[in-house]
Amino acid sequence: MRIICCGNPERGDDGVGVLVAKRLRDFGIEAETRTGEALELIEAWSGANDVIVVDAVVTGAPVGAVQRLEGRQVTVPCSLPGSTHGFSVAEAFELARTLGRLPERLRLYGIEGQWFELGTEVSPQVRRAVEEVARQIAAECGLPMGSSFGYPSAPDL
Amino acid sequence: MIGRTPRTIRVNTLARVEGEGALYIKMAGERVVDVKLKIYEPPRFFEAFLKGRHFSEAPDITARICGICPIAYQMSAAHAIERALGIRIDPAVRLLRRLFYCGEWIESHTLHVYMLHAPDFLGYQDVIAMARDHRPVVERALRLKKLGNRIVTLLGGREIHPISAAVGGFYKVPTKQQLRELVEDLKWALEDSLETVRWSATFEFPDFEQDYEFVALRHPDEYPFNEGRLISNRGLDVDAAEYEDHFVELHVKHSNALHSMVRGRGSYLVGPLARFNLNFDKLPKVAQEAALQAGLKPPVENPFRSIVVRAVELVFACAEALRAIREYEPPAMPRVEAPNRAGVGQAITEAPRGILYHRYALDEKGLIIAAKIVPPTSQNQKRIEDDLRGYATQLVAWPLEEATWKCEQAIRNYDPCISCATHFLKLTVDRAEAEGV
Repeated sequence: MRIICCGNPERGDDGVGVLVAKRLRDFGIEAETRTGEALELIEAWSGANDVIVVDAVVTGAPVGAVQRLEGRQVTVPCSLPGSTHGFSVAEAFELARTLGRLPERLRLYGIEGQWFELGTEVSPQVRRAVEEVARQIAAECGLPMGSSFGYPSAPDL
Repeated sequence: MIGRTPRTIRVNTLARVEGEGALYIKMAGERVVDVKLKIYEPPRFFEAFLKGRHFSEAPDITARICGICPIAYQMSAAHAIERALGIRIDPAVRLLRRLFYCGEWIESHTLHVYMLHAPDFLGYQDVIAMARDHRPVVERALRLKKLGNRIVTLLGGREIHPISAAVGGFYKVPTKQQLRELVEDLKWALEDSLETVRWSATFEFPDFEQDYEFVALRHPDEYPFNEGRLISNRGLDVDAAEYEDHFVELHVKHSNALHSMVRGRGSYLVGPLARFNLNFDKLPKVAQEAALQAGLKPPVENPFRSIVVRAVELVFACAEALRAIREYEPPAMPRVEAPNRAGVGQAITEAPRGILYHRYALDEKGLIIAAKIVPPTSQNQKRIEDDLRGYATQLVAWPLEEATWKCEQAIRNYDPCISCATHFLKLTVDRAEAEGV
């Protein structure tokens, strides 16, 4: 399984992907960080059959809400305004679909964000979602995630 | 009747432009009354953020201004601080920096030519629609982009937000073998780039030319990346240290970005068209021939042809990368020592979108007292408005929806990197009755 976390840590909630990657590494799970630019992303999952992408999304859901979407089956119904992406994660999915470059299994964990301006902080609701997403992904990786398994507790993000 | 009926278009997202802003065009009959390109400029935040930090942090901090062109920020920062400290870099480091910049140009130009700009000329809403009919073309873009990314990753130390560039050189330099591993891919990338020139030259371009002041670096021996005099086609010929004597930034009410102008003259154009027109003789022969075969001969004054010029610069970047790798001998030390000392230094380098000016003032502990950053999109902002002012008058007879689309296309000629701001460019075209203005 390849886990690709997107975002720019200098840009408020857009940095949530990077925070999830850090947390996954606490669990001993390898996670790449990327800007989320479409061509780079398509290349990043090239050769992998099973891929998880994590990014901030804007769908109108409550801030901090986590959505888990199956990338092969659905058209990503959201704008993903990580501006430095230039060309967004949603467009990467669609372009890869057109080019026949979608991995066999592709999931998107989208965390609803609200602040994307340069220099802003990650909003508290989004910070809280980091642990939830990291634990869900860890569970998908087959790691036991109960509190008694000795994983480091969530840092004060 | 066209031009008499007040109409307003609102487009919530200007597609294929990196960043957030808004465009407002007001027309009275056939007359353009007002054009405002509104953008939000983040480097001001960084300028404040840099104060009190040690100079060694500046390349990494400024690299985060832009996800598309971090190398440009690192290079301008490193060069400006090196000038403030009075240190000279190893020639091998200089060569590596050129290679580093080649990687960024390949990435950035590929992204813009194929993904952001070509759909305009081929009549598609976006590259996803274009890919359905032109799959091999988009696959070519993926290959080129990947190679640019490989170069940046090798020299920058990681995939995003490169960290290896330093004041005085690099924290770590590659071996000759690591660079040689890029050669075969660069050879096909050169062929792909030549094909990009041929392909983009077949597009149809609007008949639109402007009387530009082109501004770019010029070096005695090379197509410019990291050094040279700053020149223009109207007699400007200055050192980076004199930049602020000749250019002025003015605040305009409608934008957070400052409008740059040549003192006493007005708007000017930076980027591929300016570089090409002022440095055609410094392009390698392979790029010159490709340009001439594509019908490009300086001066190119049609901004819509900038897509072909970018493709020519792709050819240059691949050829230059091959040259750099051929000539590379690792430096004795990855970087020269950069001692703390007080001073002021300015530098200009050629980001993919045009010149990027940095100035730093340091105290005796090496801490930054003041920083100034003038990115290329800020410099082009007034010029984009001037283009739109001219171009919109040609579009009076067009249905409003198509006219709007064409104005967006005219903005994309500049590959504006508003990206450091956010995401959406709201476009408003307001066609007021002549009497009402």
